[in-house]
Amino acid sequence: MSFWEYANPVKFIRTTDRLLPWLSVTAVLCLAVGLIWGFFFTPDDFRQGSTVKIIYLHVPSALMAINAWLMMLVASIIWIVRRHHVSALAARAAAPVGAMMTVIALATGAIWGQPMWGTWWVWDPRLTSFLILFLFYLGYIALWSAIEDDDTAADLTSILCLVGSVFALLSRYAVLFWNQGLHQGASLSLDKEENVHDVFYFPLLVSIAGFVLLFIALVFLRTQTEIRARRARALQARERLA
Amino acid sequence: MMPDLGSYAQYVLSSYAVSLVLIVVLVAMSMHRARKVKAELEAIEARVKRQSGERATRNG
Repeated sequence: MSFWEYANPVKFIRTTDRLLPWLSVTAVLCLAVGLIWGFFFTPDDFRQGSTVKIIYLHVPSALMAINAWLMMLVASIIWIVRRHHVSALAARAAAPVGAMMTVIALATGAIWGQPMWGTWWVWDPRLTSFLILFLFYLGYIALWSAIEDDDTAADLTSILCLVGSVFALLSRYAVLFWNQGLHQGASLSLDKEENVHDVFYFPLLVSIAGFVLLFIALVFLRTQTEIRARRARALQARERLA
Repeated sequence: MMPDLGSYAQYVLSSYAVSLVLIVVLVAMSMHRARKVKAELEAIEARVKRQSGERATRNG
């Protein structure tokens, strides 16, 4: 069986219909376990006090904000190269979810920054590139809505997605390029020495799994909706011509 | 049951409140639109089917 079979809208809807209940239940379970574990059953950090509990929201949402854009990038490239409508619609469906993740990351970051840095916001490389990423999300959503022809909209938004990817990557690696700025380095790393302590690490992993599954479930649901909306528009256009 | 959040309680609680509200709103909006679009498409498909049936009857 080929991966490209899922470029068929009917096959995509049939398969995701079967997966959605499982994905949704697992996402809710992981989110509940990760957040309850992190909020109620982890100690305060010796420097950051109870604000360390914000990590269970901030890190997963920031991670998903960047990865949602990268998923949109892959889907956009597939659209540009192979012209599969489902991939363009999946990118469209992911944008509001990614934007919401970006808002959560920015809001929790600001709320965390106030007691730790003494300010809600600084024009730090990572924060600034994250804000620009959010503006790209808004621009991407607005561009899809502004263009009536679906294929033209998919073409133009794909180009915008390619350009915005620079900021998605910058927001991830900005702390490595520039040394100035208040934002700390990555909380998670393949190098175990650099990771947060195990007592925070495991509930954080569960929370990240919850955010990833929530993202996938929402993208599946919203892509189904976009496929149906596209078919409805096509049928209405055919009706007008008949 | 509630952990002692000390002087940072307002920051921690508002982070959780903002995030959970945003997640719930997005999930609710996605589900609402999914249901609405599905119902609209079914109505359009039924109408198109009926019209093509009528056209076929007229043309004999």
